[in-house]
Amino acid sequence: MFKRSRSFLKQIGLFIAICAVLLAGNSTIPTLLNPYIFMILIYCGVNIIMGVSLNVINGLCGEFSMGHAGFMAIGAYVSAFFSFYTFGPFIDELTATHPGMTMMLTKQILFLAAIVLGGISAAIVGYIVGLPSLRLRGDYLGIVTLGFGEIIRVVILNLEVVGGARGFAGIPAWSNFFWVFFFVIAAVMTSFRMLKSYQGRALLAIREDEIAAESIGINITAYKVKAFIYGAFFAGTAGALLGHFIAYLNPATFTFIKSFEAIIIVVLGGMGSVTGAIVAAIITTILPEALRPLQEFTKIDFRMVIYPLLLLTLMLTRPQGLFGHKEYYDVIPFLKRKKRA
Amino acid sequence: MEEFLQHIINGISLGSIYGLVALGYTMVYGILKLINFAHGDIYMLGAFFGFYFAGWLGLAHSPSLVTLIIILSLAMAAAAIVGATIERLAYRPLRKMPRLNLLITAIGVSLFLENGGQILFGADPKFFPELIQRRVLFTLGNISISNYQIIVISVSLGLMVVLQHIIFRTKVGKAMQAVSFSHENASLMGINTDRIIAFTFILGSALAAAGGVLVGLSYPRIDPMMGLLFGLKAFVAAVLGGIGSIPGAIVGALIMGLSEEMVVGYLASTYRDALAFFLLIVILIIRPTGIFGQKTAEKV
Repeated sequence: MFKRSRSFLKQIGLFIAICAVLLAGNSTIPTLLNPYIFMILIYCGVNIIMGVSLNVINGLCGEFSMGHAGFMAIGAYVSAFFSFYTFGPFIDELTATHPGMTMMLTKQILFLAAIVLGGISAAIVGYIVGLPSLRLRGDYLGIVTLGFGEIIRVVILNLEVVGGARGFAGIPAWSNFFWVFFFVIAAVMTSFRMLKSYQGRALLAIREDEIAAESIGINITAYKVKAFIYGAFFAGTAGALLGHFIAYLNPATFTFIKSFEAIIIVVLGGMGSVTGAIVAAIITTILPEALRPLQEFTKIDFRMVIYPLLLLTLMLTRPQGLFGHKEYYDVIPFLKRKKRA
Repeated sequence: MEEFLQHIINGISLGSIYGLVALGYTMVYGILKLINFAHGDIYMLGAFFGFYFAGWLGLAHSPSLVTLIIILSLAMAAAAIVGATIERLAYRPLRKMPRLNLLITAIGVSLFLENGGQILFGADPKFFPELIQRRVLFTLGNISISNYQIIVISVSLGLMVVLQHIIFRTKVGKAMQAVSFSHENASLMGINTDRIIAFTFILGSALAAAGGVLVGLSYPRIDPMMGLLFGLKAFVAAVLGGIGSIPGAIVGALIMGLSEEMVVGYLASTYRDALAFFLLIVILIIRPTGIFGQKTAEKV
């Protein structure tokens, strides 16, 4: 018990330290980088959350979900709805009456509330989507989740209160370095903690063999749904952060192509590897941007052809993904000794 | 009532095109357990092959039945070659790998074809030539049936009969059934599984291309992204009917075409894309193997 609580305290300490670093970064990084690089950095963060959260559903639990874009859309739209209709006007009022520190703090708290609300609504939808996973397996589940994702998108497309097909403009641009990477750290740390806990091991057991897992007393139903709730929550926060960064949302952003991007991140990094998902998210965000100079050279936009070709090459030459089942501590030599059993 | 009949006719016509594409999905899934996401793009390529062949051969302005048959068969042949090439280069090297890798490869091929198509053909929509003159065959009150609808339905039906014959009456077809039952056992019986799988892709791609040309004929705007959602809905149709089952694919596709037409006619056209998936979820929750799918016992 003592040992466990010490490890827990250590994690809390680490978390606070990271928050301090992020706060420091929040005031310095946007001034150091040019806006374009900063934008890519934020996209990297959003994609890391997307990849790491899907990694728990697809990589750890082995449940084939193709509806991640739907969860993102829910999170993005719900949070944008609240900050546009309730929190935004409230902050505007506050700026007029109590400018300064009070307003700044309230704004941050309300933004956090909006993100969490978005995440929770996505998690609720994740629970509903996770339910068919009790009956369906493999590709069928994939197709059903894809279907749910598309239904969510079409419903949003028909909701005039959030702009419908025109898109939702005028969302307060509250996203900043701190909040994006706060949720990146939260998703990554919880994933790593899960990996080494009873929960994560249960998910891995389900991935490897459902029947065997059930026979040793793992409640596979509960764990599958839990994986969906966890994944959907963070996907929702990723969507919320994205919406508040570009201050505009369009249902066309959340087509199944977006879900494929998330799956590509998970498979590229290696199924179940959190480190892999992070690295793959960064690569898939930076690669299209890095290929941009090529476009000026050839005059034709070859980027979107090269990207799938690279993906195919990687699948043919390294089918287990970049990291396979490994994590950073399996790869970097001096951390190897510290690996806990 | 008249309006309803008109919707039914349009729905059957649309459904039979879905059917042609769905057959390719169901065959490939039956044999490789792979959702071939690139299949929708083969259908897109089929439409573009038709468009370009008509242009090159100078047949775009001489509509006749012969023109239609020539263009249709050329597009089918070209798409079959593309399908076989994709199988050889992208899917065969990965056959022993986990299925998710194969799926990612399929998504990669699909993205490659779509984006490549946008560069090669241009992102703007093209107008498919009139390969055969459009005539209204007969009108009954407000219902009108054009020869296009008859052509679409009869070509699809004809191709499905041919497919049925190939699968159940020929040696290759029997070999396909054997391979889809078990790869190892089929190869022990002296079946060249690689060749049979390639043949499956050739058949499926040819059917998809026929679907592409027929769509180009009835809804003449074609663009490189047209296969994306259409392919997905065709796959949903295949799942609806029970994947791996050929009559299932056809029935699923007809249900899909009809219900889509009804939603557009009586509800809002914006809900069209959601309906396909709504139907799918309902059917899969009630009957997880689809309408015609067979339950397989799980071995422990």
